[in-house]
Amino acid sequence: MSKRIELKSLNVYYSKFLAVEDVNMVIEPKAITAFIGPSGCGKSTLIRTLNRMHEVIPGAYVEGSLTMDGEDIYAAEVDPVKVRRQVGMVFQRPNPFPTMSIKENVLSGYKLNNNRMSKSDADELTEKALVGANLWNEVKDRLDRPGSSLSGGQQQRLCIARAIAVEPDVILMDEPTSALDPISTAAIEDLAVELKEKFTVVIVTHNMQQASRISDMTAFFNIAGTGMPGKLIEYDRTEKIFSNPTQKQTEDYVSGRFG
Amino acid sequence: MATTFYGIQATATLPRWFSPLALIGSLALTTAMFVVSGFTDESGNLNLLAIAVLGFALYMIMTYLISRGVEGRRKATDRMVTGWVSAAFALAVVPLVSLAWTVFEKGINRLDAEFFTSSMRNVVGEGGGALHAIIGTVELTTIATLISVPLGIMTAIYLVEYGRGRLAKAVTFFVDVMTGIPSIVAGLFAFSLFLILLGPASAINGMAGAVSLAVLMTPVVVRSAEEMLKIVPNELREASYALGVPKWLTVVKVVLPTALAGIATGVIIAIARVIGETAPLLLAAGFTTSMNYNPLSEKMMTLPVFVYTSYAIQGTDAASYVDRAWAGALTLMLIVMLLNLGARIISKLFSPKG
Repeated sequence: MSKRIELKSLNVYYSKFLAVEDVNMVIEPKAITAFIGPSGCGKSTLIRTLNRMHEVIPGAYVEGSLTMDGEDIYAAEVDPVKVRRQVGMVFQRPNPFPTMSIKENVLSGYKLNNNRMSKSDADELTEKALVGANLWNEVKDRLDRPGSSLSGGQQQRLCIARAIAVEPDVILMDEPTSALDPISTAAIEDLAVELKEKFTVVIVTHNMQQASRISDMTAFFNIAGTGMPGKLIEYDRTEKIFSNPTQKQTEDYVSGRFG
Repeated sequence: MATTFYGIQATATLPRWFSPLALIGSLALTTAMFVVSGFTDESGNLNLLAIAVLGFALYMIMTYLISRGVEGRRKATDRMVTGWVSAAFALAVVPLVSLAWTVFEKGINRLDAEFFTSSMRNVVGEGGGALHAIIGTVELTTIATLISVPLGIMTAIYLVEYGRGRLAKAVTFFVDVMTGIPSIVAGLFAFSLFLILLGPASAINGMAGAVSLAVLMTPVVVRSAEEMLKIVPNELREASYALGVPKWLTVVKVVLPTALAGIATGVIIAIARVIGETAPLLLAAGFTTSMNYNPLSEKMMTLPVFVYTSYAIQGTDAASYVDRAWAGALTLMLIVMLLNLGARIISKLFSPKG
């Protein structure tokens, strides 16, 4: 399953501070959408609104509409916890649960929600998720070792395995490779390309080569100055953004002439 | 000196055995001086403290001068500072070791089977034991722990995970205030509470003692649990939320297990802190010479109070009372040591591996 996300005149606030202003875009299913832009432009804030994670910060709220396959995820009767079950997330720094083994980490989406499953189902799901995250061959002999015993790149793939194990519709990646070396980065990028076969993938990145290598669509965000809201400047097919962008700002940014 | 300013070779260094030898040498020299000059007290004993202080001063001066000449100024300063730091460490450890040794030496006399198997009922001279006090201490501390650990951990969870605004600030403030209350006030509080509840005839009992200990223990548990919960990385909470786990399950299944080792250690340290409390128990639990297994009625003896009363109210055979007091102190110290050992084992077992 894979869902289309539609953002209409979306404003994101932290209390009174408008962090992201008036975003209109459609995130296509079965594709990778990359968010690029300078630090502080609201990319991470916006990606966190897609699974209502920004609400964890006190005082954060949104205006406008955000629908997934036509369903408004900010409607009054929607439970943010259920939204997050459909929209998985991978963070900048690998964050496996330190008290759990590799296997328990993969199954944590179920275990933490008190869902019981038979041992054979659990084994099957573990293998499927770890194969899906390209990690199975590296860890199949040590599934009971702690998740934190893996290398940084492996930990990040473990986090991806944990996210895809609950079979979400959308996977959000907030700078998933910025803490990793080039080899691990390549592994995650390959994985992201595989994941788009099944999921809607949204990735925030500071690495423009990464965006141009793996994404289908690219959104460029910018900020007019400190304390000003971030805005979506241009959103188009990745080739267009990197070869022939409409906006001058975008061209300056992708060609490295920014600032 | 032979080396140039620009050289990177080290200047000559003193051999490794220099420092220990210099220290032994200075101490020996000082002792010799004292012996030769006949500088002793009336009974001919040497003043060991004076020897230690003068010997150390001699060592410092000698080391600095020799090192300055051979190794240069930087290393000489290094040696001098090392000397001061080691001396400060020794100064801190000496009273501790001396205290432990004194308690051990004097307590071991009566640390026999009888001490652990009998009470003081109808004992006026030799013999008798502290079983009633040990039982009392174990029961009271257990009840206090059962009251204050859930209360303390849940308060800490509220403060770290949920609390916001005025209420949380007020709770933090009162926890701080409670940490500072004198233990006798906790005893008075428990005593007057039970006086109101049960009347003067039966106000003093084990439960009142346990309540006074719980009053002292709760803020310590809150504080340590709060610190431990705070250092659980926020990323783990976010990881859990992102998997669609509700907040309360995140707290129960991610945050608490991650902080468990630290919380358990904190709890045991809090127990060790209250187990030696005397003043509140003297008031709230009273003292007795008889066995009392029931914390809900009658006075109850505890080890610190046992030590105090044995020493303060010496009977006909004073020496045996003093011996029992030391044995009680030693028992208490052993219990605290066991608790600390337990804390280490627990923190080893529960801390996240990797």
